[in-house]
Amino acid sequence: MNAANNCKTLEQIVSANKRIDVVMASLGILVLMVASAMLIGVFVDLLTSGWPRLISSEFYTNFPSRHPEKAGILSAMTGTSLVMLVTAVVAIPLGVAAGLYLEEYAPRNWLTDIIEINVSNLAGVPSIIYGLLALGLFVHTFALGETILTAGLVLALLILPVIIVSTREAVRGIPRDLREAAYGLGADKWQAVRMYVLPAARPGILTGVIVGLARAIGEAAPVITIGALTFIAFLPPSPIQAEAPFINFEWLSSPFTVMPIQLFNWVSRPQAEFHINAAATGVVLMAMTLAMNALAIYIRLRLRRHDR
Amino acid sequence: MKKSVAITALLFASTTVFSFAHAADLVKVDGSSTVFPITEAIAEEFQKAEKGKTMVTVGISGTGGGFKKFCRGETDISDASRPIKDSEKQLCEENGIQYIELPAALDALTVVINPKNDWAKHLTVEELKMMWEPAAQGKITNWNQVRPGFPDRPLVLFGAGTDSGTYDYFVEAIIEGKSTRGDFTASEDDNVLVQGVAGNANALGFFGLAYYEENKNKLKAAPISWKGGKPVSPSVENAKNATYQPLSRPIFIYVNKKSADEKAHVSRFVEFYMDKKHAAPLVKEVGYVPLPDKAYDLALKKFKNRTTGTVFHGSEVGVGIEELMARSPK
Repeated sequence: MNAANNCKTLEQIVSANKRIDVVMASLGILVLMVASAMLIGVFVDLLTSGWPRLISSEFYTNFPSRHPEKAGILSAMTGTSLVMLVTAVVAIPLGVAAGLYLEEYAPRNWLTDIIEINVSNLAGVPSIIYGLLALGLFVHTFALGETILTAGLVLALLILPVIIVSTREAVRGIPRDLREAAYGLGADKWQAVRMYVLPAARPGILTGVIVGLARAIGEAAPVITIGALTFIAFLPPSPIQAEAPFINFEWLSSPFTVMPIQLFNWVSRPQAEFHINAAATGVVLMAMTLAMNALAIYIRLRLRRHDR
Repeated sequence: MKKSVAITALLFASTTVFSFAHAADLVKVDGSSTVFPITEAIAEEFQKAEKGKTMVTVGISGTGGGFKKFCRGETDISDASRPIKDSEKQLCEENGIQYIELPAALDALTVVINPKNDWAKHLTVEELKMMWEPAAQGKITNWNQVRPGFPDRPLVLFGAGTDSGTYDYFVEAIIEGKSTRGDFTASEDDNVLVQGVAGNANALGFFGLAYYEENKNKLKAAPISWKGGKPVSPSVENAKNATYQPLSRPIFIYVNKKSADEKAHVSRFVEFYMDKKHAAPLVKEVGYVPLPDKAYDLALKKFKNRTTGTVFHGSEVGVGIEELMARSPK
């Protein structure tokens, strides 16, 4: 009797929990749908208003102009690509190394605690503050000027905390057994980290990198603060050249503009034709972000295949 | 592995590259986003005329931000939507920067209302002051407080952001003080203000003439009466003949004298800018009011004579452009 009663209540509990499961799952799907509907809505809106410019090849090969129908995003696209290159080259190795150090090597003491708290807090600092820091430090103190290098460095600083935090989370998620198995086979610490922990943590790290770079590509405030231009009708020197040594680093010291600044300028113009350009620029910016993410995912897949 | 090579290369490059300067001749302009469309248009045509020999870059740090760079000697030319301030003059002086002040165009600050607003046929400067002065904050909230006979409707205000030269000029011309009330919708993006006024029958806002001209179907401009005079509508003509006062204002470029003397390409750019053959049609094309031809001639002469200094001392409002050009800087 008693046992049957208990059994019934157990069944009730299970079915009640299952109901909650269903409610939570549908709530989750709803939230997801709202989020993606908003993204798709914005994208479709930009796409339809920017369409006349998006299908014109001149839009991609022309410099900015006072004629909305002739104005293009060549300098902005080049600027954004080069700045993001610098950002990625600086932020990814530094961020991953710092994350690995904090998680694997750093001794547990008050100094590490302070560093950890600061890194987490830095992730929440408004981007304009980074711009001010860079203006004082890179532009004036180090005399790097208002250049692609400065912009790349400030955006790298901006996303460093994101990459550090996600690296740490990813590394923390790797089971201890893996490390211990490696040690058991005679690996030293660096070998264990390099050959087992890092490959296993790669998906998490890459996600952090994607989130960080996607944030950096859309930033206008810190880049304006360090003195990015709005009208620039020439390109930086090419990174690749015909004669030796084939690579040229002069582009790092070139003035530039980036897509968000060009977009903002066109949005705030009085003529409605410029707003079409702004919408088209928005679409291209989103496409660049997606392309960057696709590249990261491709790298991840390739590496995974390589590991096997 | 590849990454570490790239970083080493980057660090190496950053130490070596910055020792040599740019190959192409560069004219560096920065400053007001209000003046930007004009400088952009001139720069575009100038680069074409120079056939790639000279490059022009234009930034939008704002009038104040532009002067900061200009007075440190970082730019050749500064776009300004208001005359240089005393504090900025001082900064320039400390750094030994001499400048030539040249008017580039006129802008007519336009007071706009919703097309459904059928009561405000015109507004006086005094009424605008009453609406916008700091003392009005939280007190003047209804149209019927502005003038007896106006309907009982809430007063909804839109205006330029407090960092802009447009705001500074409005404050000087209307309030004759340092600031406006704080409880209005401010935006640096004038299109936001256009949308705001177009969407609310009780709204009133102000911004540059170009934004009104592009949105005439959504907005109505209020004629302004000054010192008991006849109400005057904002328009290209009325700004040019100096009857639309006190809200029509000259906008400027400031040229670093040393750059003009030492860099022939900077000098060529300014002469191109002040040539009435180029300036007048281009200024008009981007939605601003060109100066009278004579004013461009005078400006060009002023530049060729390298007359430095400003003709503005303290706040001055409602001075015609011809009168300004006739003055000699002190």
